[in-house]
Amino acid sequence: MTTLIDLQPPGSSPEPGDDKTPRKIPRSLSRADRIFRWSTTGIGAVVLVITGAIAAFLGYQLIPTLHHYGLHFFTENLWQPQSNVLGIEQVLIGTVEVAIIAIIFAFPLALLTALYISEYAPSWLRGFLTPMVDLMAAIPSILYAMWGVFLINPHALYVARWLNEYFGWIPVFHVSGGQPRAAVFVLSLYQSSPFIAGMVVSMMIIPIACAVMLGVFGQAPLSEREGAYALGSTRWGMIRAVVLPFGRGGIVGGTMLGLGRALGETIAVTLILSLNTDVKFRPLEEGGVTTAQLIANYFGEATSAQLSALLAAGFVLFAMAIFVNTIAAIIVSRSRSGALTEI
Amino acid sequence: MSSVVNAGPPDVRTLAAAQSDRDVHDYPRSVSSTTADSRLTIVGSLVGSAGLVWLLYTQVLPFSGPIGFLICWYVVYVLMFTAVTAIAHPRPIVVDRLWTAVITGAAVIVAAALVSAVAFVVVRGWAAVHHLNFFTQAQSSGSPTAPLNQGGILNAIVGSAIELTIATVISLPLGIGAAIYMSEVGGRFARVVRTVVEAMTSLPDILAGLFIYTVLIVALGLPRSGLAAGVALSVMMLPYVARSADVALRVVPGGLREAGLALGASQWRTVWRVVLPTQRSGLLTAVILGMARAVGETAPVLITSGASTFINPTWSQLFSCFGIGNAGCAPVDYPMNSLPLYIYTAVRSGEPQFIERGFGAGIVLLAMVLILFGTARFLSRNKVGRR
Repeated sequence: MTTLIDLQPPGSSPEPGDDKTPRKIPRSLSRADRIFRWSTTGIGAVVLVITGAIAAFLGYQLIPTLHHYGLHFFTENLWQPQSNVLGIEQVLIGTVEVAIIAIIFAFPLALLTALYISEYAPSWLRGFLTPMVDLMAAIPSILYAMWGVFLINPHALYVARWLNEYFGWIPVFHVSGGQPRAAVFVLSLYQSSPFIAGMVVSMMIIPIACAVMLGVFGQAPLSEREGAYALGSTRWGMIRAVVLPFGRGGIVGGTMLGLGRALGETIAVTLILSLNTDVKFRPLEEGGVTTAQLIANYFGEATSAQLSALLAAGFVLFAMAIFVNTIAAIIVSRSRSGALTEI
Repeated sequence: MSSVVNAGPPDVRTLAAAQSDRDVHDYPRSVSSTTADSRLTIVGSLVGSAGLVWLLYTQVLPFSGPIGFLICWYVVYVLMFTAVTAIAHPRPIVVDRLWTAVITGAAVIVAAALVSAVAFVVVRGWAAVHHLNFFTQAQSSGSPTAPLNQGGILNAIVGSAIELTIATVISLPLGIGAAIYMSEVGGRFARVVRTVVEAMTSLPDILAGLFIYTVLIVALGLPRSGLAAGVALSVMMLPYVARSADVALRVVPGGLREAGLALGASQWRTVWRVVLPTQRSGLLTAVILGMARAVGETAPVLITSGASTFINPTWSQLFSCFGIGNAGCAPVDYPMNSLPLYIYTAVRSGEPQFIERGFGAGIVLLAMVLILFGTARFLSRNKVGRR
């Protein structure tokens, strides 16, 4: 019953005799609330320490690495633990190379698939396809890696050979030693290349980019869509005039989120790409290296200095991924209306 | 009375639907309805391009391979479809149809890739899954090259379950707690936490493993174990769970919180009785999707867990975790295999029998992810909390 009395509005007298002094409202938090706040703040701090410690730890590894290998660490091409020559220039180039190839495949496919789901698919199909995109993102990368190793790798090499045969005069499509017109050509030359690794990685980033784009396209205002139709636009005309300009932030942001993921992809690349730290920029040719693959291959037999170097290489990778993802998050959040949900 | 009902405001329909039943003679073209003309154009172009490409690709030009054939077929189809449309229609319709063909084609490519990835794993692994011993025996019961009716992946399944449990036990309370802090308590420090958590979701998975490897195994000298793998997985899972739970809590309408506080409840009771029940399904979804992600992570496990072919823990190892006997507590002291690691090892081995078992393990992993994913979808569908 006391709670009922407490709930009377301030100003009404709690006791019949005393009608001048208003009920006292405690301004400080109750004890339960103080405990609640302190404990959740504690949990927040623990999470901050755990996650922040990883970033700080990785960053800290740069110090002994630079001490040991000097600034050449960033400009040296070779990674030869035997002769203790370690450098990540080629590794970083290789990482970006695979990620860019993945984006070249993933960007048009993700954009067009998102357009299909949000604009073209009939509503019964849309309700089925939207969770399919999420499911595609949830499938473990090791399964895509198996698919890439045993199905894509043996078949995509013919595409690579074809590109080399007809566009080999463009430096990007060149394969050194590739003689596509020879009667017996070396199959393995076109296998396990950054091109094929990027193709498989694109499967993992298509759903990420597609989901972001879908979310933004779905928010394109109905009145403007119908306005475009009312002006006599075709469906493509409406998409070009309303959906794409409205979703530009989501398109760019979603693609960059995918890029962030592609930079750090490990297993598919490790299983497909044959490790080779030579300097080259011939994506169709066998062999290449990414940072994640380097770590997966060398962590086991690394000395402590080399382990620091691996961690430092990882930190550079992490910094690139954070940079890309942060920009992507900013772009995506700007493109959406920040209206708070209210009852 | 029925006339009164009919006199209500007209249905709000999309214009596309409204146009489809408009009189055809009113306006020379229809925007979105499919006509016999457009359908026949599609079918005719598909058949025509298939024939043309078959003739040129396999008979005239020196090309081969199914991928090249499909690519050429698609390109020729789009060109032919455009050309046929251009005979009878003005330019805007030609452009519209061209883009329809391109967009639909891209969606079909992505769908085909997804279906082929799933179907490939299922078809290749089907022979291994067929045998019951695949689920009831450990790897040690048969060498990798033994016939499929010997040996299995029980140790990997048990290992995956234990590592996932460890990761969930660590990241569930911390993740949800941090989300409550970020969305309910707030303040400047909360924004710092949120920024760091957001940044950590972009941590490449291999680095989580390398961090745990360096700290627990190299620096502290612990053995490679299921515990280390579980902790590495929780490093991946924690930011993910915290961020998704934070997003879920942030969409709780502010009016509900204010109503709770206005009724005289403390903040703690408001959070416990109003905010969390409202988003119960959203929070569960966050955790389950985090688990679905963690169970398939290969790179952290590859670095931290080591691999054993025996079932860990045996009963004596399990008891010794609680101080009974001295066999050594399994998740802490012994290496532990898991499904992703098993698959990775199988793919690298190059042994046909082992690879087949790897695909079988892939089916099991896929099933685990599908079950978790389906549960999350089911939970997020029924909005129990919203009354």
